[in-house]
Amino acid sequence: MPVRGAAPEQRPGRQRALGGEVNPAFLQALGAIAGEGLITSPGELRTYECDGLAAYRVVPGAVVLPSTADEVQAIVRLCAREHVAFVARGSGTGLSGGALPVEGGIVISLTRMNRILDLDIPNARVVVEPGVVNATVSQRVAPYGYFYAPDPSSQSVCTIGGNIAENSGGAHCLKYGFTTTHVLALDVVLPDGSLVQLGANTLDPLGYDLPGVFVGSEGTLGVATQVTLRIVKRPEVIQTLLAAFDSTHAAGAAVSDIIASGILPAAIEMMDRLAIQAAEAAVHAGYPECGGLLLVELDGPAAEVEALMAQVRERCLFQQASEVRVAQSEAERMVIWKGRKAAFAAMGRISPNYIVQDGVIPRTALPAVMDEIARMSERVGLRVANVFHAGDGNLHPLVLYDRRIQGQEQEAEELAGEILKLCVRVGGSITGEHGVGADKKMFMSEMFAEPDLQTMQLVRCAFDPDHLSNPGKVFPRTPLCAERPGPYVPHPLEISGEAQLF
Amino acid sequence: MPSIAKPTSQQAIDALRAIVVEGTLRPGKAADEVLGVVPELCIEPAHEAELSRVLDYARQAGLLVAPRGGGTKLDWGNAPRAIDLAISTARFNRILEYAPGDMTVTAGAGVTIAQLQSALSAHRQRLALDPLWPERATAGGVVATNDSGALRLRYGSIRDLILGITVVLPDGTIATSGGKVVKNVAGYDLPKLMSGALGTLGIITRAVFRLHPLPHGSQTLSFAFHDCESANRFLLAIADSMVVPTGLQMRTGADGTAQADVRIDGIDAGISAQTETVLKLAGSVNPSAPDGDPWQAREQLWNDYPRNHQSSNAAESASRVACIVKLSMLPAQLSSTAAYVRQALGANAAWTLLMYSTGLAWLRVDAADGASMAEFIVSLRSFLAPTGGTAVLLKAPPVLRQKVDVWGDAGSALPLMRRLKEQFDPHGILNRGRFVGGI
Repeated sequence: MPVRGAAPEQRPGRQRALGGEVNPAFLQALGAIAGEGLITSPGELRTYECDGLAAYRVVPGAVVLPSTADEVQAIVRLCAREHVAFVARGSGTGLSGGALPVEGGIVISLTRMNRILDLDIPNARVVVEPGVVNATVSQRVAPYGYFYAPDPSSQSVCTIGGNIAENSGGAHCLKYGFTTTHVLALDVVLPDGSLVQLGANTLDPLGYDLPGVFVGSEGTLGVATQVTLRIVKRPEVIQTLLAAFDSTHAAGAAVSDIIASGILPAAIEMMDRLAIQAAEAAVHAGYPECGGLLLVELDGPAAEVEALMAQVRERCLFQQASEVRVAQSEAERMVIWKGRKAAFAAMGRISPNYIVQDGVIPRTALPAVMDEIARMSERVGLRVANVFHAGDGNLHPLVLYDRRIQGQEQEAEELAGEILKLCVRVGGSITGEHGVGADKKMFMSEMFAEPDLQTMQLVRCAFDPDHLSNPGKVFPRTPLCAERPGPYVPHPLEISGEAQLF
Repeated sequence: MPSIAKPTSQQAIDALRAIVVEGTLRPGKAADEVLGVVPELCIEPAHEAELSRVLDYARQAGLLVAPRGGGTKLDWGNAPRAIDLAISTARFNRILEYAPGDMTVTAGAGVTIAQLQSALSAHRQRLALDPLWPERATAGGVVATNDSGALRLRYGSIRDLILGITVVLPDGTIATSGGKVVKNVAGYDLPKLMSGALGTLGIITRAVFRLHPLPHGSQTLSFAFHDCESANRFLLAIADSMVVPTGLQMRTGADGTAQADVRIDGIDAGISAQTETVLKLAGSVNPSAPDGDPWQAREQLWNDYPRNHQSSNAAESASRVACIVKLSMLPAQLSSTAAYVRQALGANAAWTLLMYSTGLAWLRVDAADGASMAEFIVSLRSFLAPTGGTAVLLKAPPVLRQKVDVWGDAGSALPLMRRLKEQFDPHGILNRGRFVGGI
């Protein structure tokens, strides 16, 4: 096996320029490629020291803003030659420190590569550069009656390139799938500087499913410079229902009922009392005050949605919903969603500081997990607000704390970590959509055994044997990659052409 | 390089007998052949630990291994040069965990698709995939070959339905990745990497799938069009409408007419409203009674495939050659591709073309000679390549396989694919040479 055991250090000659500044000759070469798209002043570099997870900060050696795939390729080639680590970055909205710079490395910001290159409506495909903002794609195809399905809450800011790194989901992935469902092909600059096409414009391209591996690899396998996305026909009707329950238990029971009846909603979101209060304070979405709020969205052909929504309403009432209402206009529907999408940021209204957690549980474990989180919260004495994609079991517990109180940040982090371990114990995952990044790499061993992790590292070794692309993320340890084998040596009997090999 | 000397046949049998205590080991028989190559030995490990030891031995001894499930698609891919050891997943035939409330299932690789669907239907659920030969095809085999049918339009292929996977690597490592929940982005997505890898990276022992509810009802409408252009236009109009079909295809052949089939699933109210829209889009073309179940059309392409084609007797197979080709193209290209096929094959060939609105298509050609068929495949590939399309030979006689690569050009990522293979299977023991680019 090529990969076994953690590497105590890099092989000689493959050492990265760690801990130091990027050397002037390298900077000059970068400047020659990117021109004025090179940032080296300490003040400006600070803008890039963290992503959406501000707890981790590293000032990069330089930031380069290429405008073309050729420039990206030239930059990565230079990094490969000089053994300088690079971190690709979109809008920096990630919540796991995935775009955290590497000491002594550079950041490749792709925000200038923000062109939509092709719209092919008959074939429902769009070709974009990685810096295109998620919501822009839907806006651009809306006149034709189409939309781009993955809709992370940050969609008005986050880029397609970042979505690809994280395999972003959003509220509607229960029905429509994740970023990986919608990426057909990518042009990628590999860490050795070669430019390859992964996947194709058509289905079932030949060979391994490389887009499947690349999407969600958190920037550790290379830099995407062009992406072919699939777009989806906008449904005839979208209806959104709000239902108020006494508790998340009751709301959870309604979710189970809805799913068991064979309905596949476009989205099912749940918020607990604390999350509702915060959202109300922030955006006045008109949510009813209750212990568990359910937001159910159905879409599809009008006649079908009409009939199924009646069933959903019935299930909610059966589970003792105190109030059930369906948005009567598109404006009303948008307000309902605004409250939900603003829920994270709204925590600032009710707490000086908070940690956004992202874990997944089997949906049926929801009541038990909610109880356990409540117990844990009480034990530590920190409030936890809960917002989640209830249809797919993706929890976003928000641990509220006050940094000014000595030791409370530490306690909050520990509690957030304990919640993750709980998710794994009930058969879930440490991340549903925010990624592992820098933040959760030490939790990978909670979910995967050592052989599992080493097997994943085989992929890393095939793409990036020198660990130049976003090193130090996702995995708890850096793998020692085997030297690439020499030329293919045929089996002796293959040469002789005999079928019998014994 | 193998770390022990190449064993004699008897040495290998002795060594494997010591490993496979609960499973079975036997010499290969004619019925085990893969494209004319009979495996030296066939083994059925009883569990993952046995499989792990078998593979570790095979790697050390440099035995060439061919994994197999139900054996329905063993002739896909390049012909093997030799098979020392065929490893069957037949014993991994249990459904390991079914959580209807979570709509997920964990199945042993050897569970057949029919067996799985039957268990799931008890809870009115299904794996929303319709691969070929479900009675015999196994979960592991369907993952390895990435086979999908008409349902793909609505539910995606196996890569969109698989959540987790356990594989055994050639060094015996038992590795699990993905998870048991619908949403999970922890670590690299190896379930997708294994999907369609044709058993070249590891042997799949179990997989976790996401499930969907069985539809309350289903209705299929068929329409006879005079030509492919109108049929393709009809398919595109439906794709661009508010109708959400779970199957949308056209069938054509040498006579140039085209049959279009639309399937709508759901509750009655939804079906009737959508049916109305479909009828409107069909315009003056009225629905006709389908000839049998049109969703069986893909499987029917394999019916009556001439047996003697497995013979390498050149004289015998030169006279009449049949083949089945899987095509991939853009959805708007269906009719132009059909026109190209018609023109390229000429008036004397018998052929059937089944085209899904997703751009996947299956072509069965009969009665052409090997040389002109090879020419046809090559020209078809050049026709499809500019828009990213492919033409893969799924079924072809040796005379044709000798003349043309079954896969075609894998593009600029081929070196990267080779590096993946080298990492997972450095000695190249798993299905050596059978995948794209001779991987």
